[in-house]
Amino acid sequence: MAAGAQTSSEYIKHHLTNLTFGKDPSDGVWKLAETAQDAQEMGFYAIHLDSMGWSIGLGFIFIFLFSFVAKKASTGVPAGLQNAIEMIIEFIDTNVKDTFSHTNKLIAPMALTAFMWVLLMNLMDLVPVDWVPQLATFIGANFFGMDPHHVYFKIVPTTDPNVTMGMSLSVFFLALFYSIKNKGVGGFVGELTLHPFSSKNIFIKLILIPINLFLEGVALLAKPISHGLRLFGNLYAGEMIFILIALLPLYAQWTLSVPWAIFHILVIVLQAFIFMVLMVVYMNMAHDTGEH
Amino acid sequence: MNINLTLIGQAISFAIFVWFCMKFVWPPLTSALEERRKKIADGLSAAELGQQALEKAKEEVGIKLADAKSEAKNIISMAEKRQGDILDEANTKASEEAQKKLRLAEQEVEQLSMKLKESLKKDVSKLVIEGAEMILKKEIDKKAHDKAIQDLVTKI
Repeated sequence: MAAGAQTSSEYIKHHLTNLTFGKDPSDGVWKLAETAQDAQEMGFYAIHLDSMGWSIGLGFIFIFLFSFVAKKASTGVPAGLQNAIEMIIEFIDTNVKDTFSHTNKLIAPMALTAFMWVLLMNLMDLVPVDWVPQLATFIGANFFGMDPHHVYFKIVPTTDPNVTMGMSLSVFFLALFYSIKNKGVGGFVGELTLHPFSSKNIFIKLILIPINLFLEGVALLAKPISHGLRLFGNLYAGEMIFILIALLPLYAQWTLSVPWAIFHILVIVLQAFIFMVLMVVYMNMAHDTGEH
Repeated sequence: MNINLTLIGQAISFAIFVWFCMKFVWPPLTSALEERRKKIADGLSAAELGQQALEKAKEEVGIKLADAKSEAKNIISMAEKRQGDILDEANTKASEEAQKKLRLAEQEVEQLSMKLKESLKKDVSKLVIEGAEMILKKEIDKKAHDKAIQDLVTKI
């Protein structure tokens, strides 16, 4: 909490604002938002440079690490890194095989990518809350001539709902695609309109269609939203607590931040795992053509 | 917490990472794992086969050993029998030979005794004749006497 004259609420707000690059609604020029207010006014035509940068960077770390090992994967006794990565692969493979009962070559690599990527993004939560933002402020102020109070920098991409929702919506649309592909348009529409209430009488059936459509529609739309917001909410809350702990006097912080960080390790892995499992479950539902 | 283009950016990068993972990460790693699993399974089954072969070999060794033992016993008993036979044969041969030799000796003895008898006869008859000549120095009809001697000789 070095930024001198900040109040606690300013400090928190500063930490929860992304580095936003977008179209200023007043003059239509694309530029960095200078305040949280600015960022909000930019609306949809803006992009969080920090979220994108960190998530893509971490994604590349995952990709390079894994493809490096994959390239020289030996069938002999695995050593060190290969062993660790094989453990992750087998863990994902077992989970996917247990949950996903159809054949689709996309699912397991997608689950691996989601798990590792989310895990790495969540891990950024364990980096002390001030380190990277302070560094960014320093660089922004000295090399780009920015007002140090206007350099926003969040390093945990999963505390940005755009990131988690971006992934969960991708999964949702993929699930829609596979639903229609596997069940046909009729089958998919039937699934939405003829369940859970059904009748042998054709008239009652017709009356029940809107009710079913409403219930199933809500259930359908709730899936991607809960999928994305669950991850976001958990990590956002975790980040928030780290920020609050950082407001304590320096000598007292460790009494809370250490236990919370240790506990948070569990949350990080668990949330990545839940995100991956839910993704596989939704994909499995999209492939289920049988009657339930 | 503004929803903006980041959402789409994230979806695009997610798609790219998934594609890359599906293309270059997942297949080589899983195939390596599968291959190793197969290798281990092969090794284990080979070990089992080896174990079985060893067991079989041990069994065979036992059988062969037993065979060899019984054969050796057979050979020994045959040898013993043969030894007896040879001894018997030798005994009978020896006794036959001995008998033969005995018989030959007997014959020889007989011949000798015959010869002796003959010569003795001749000697005795000569002696008798000489004795008689000495006794009957005087006129003796040689012819008559010869006849008498001849008679004597045949009598002896």
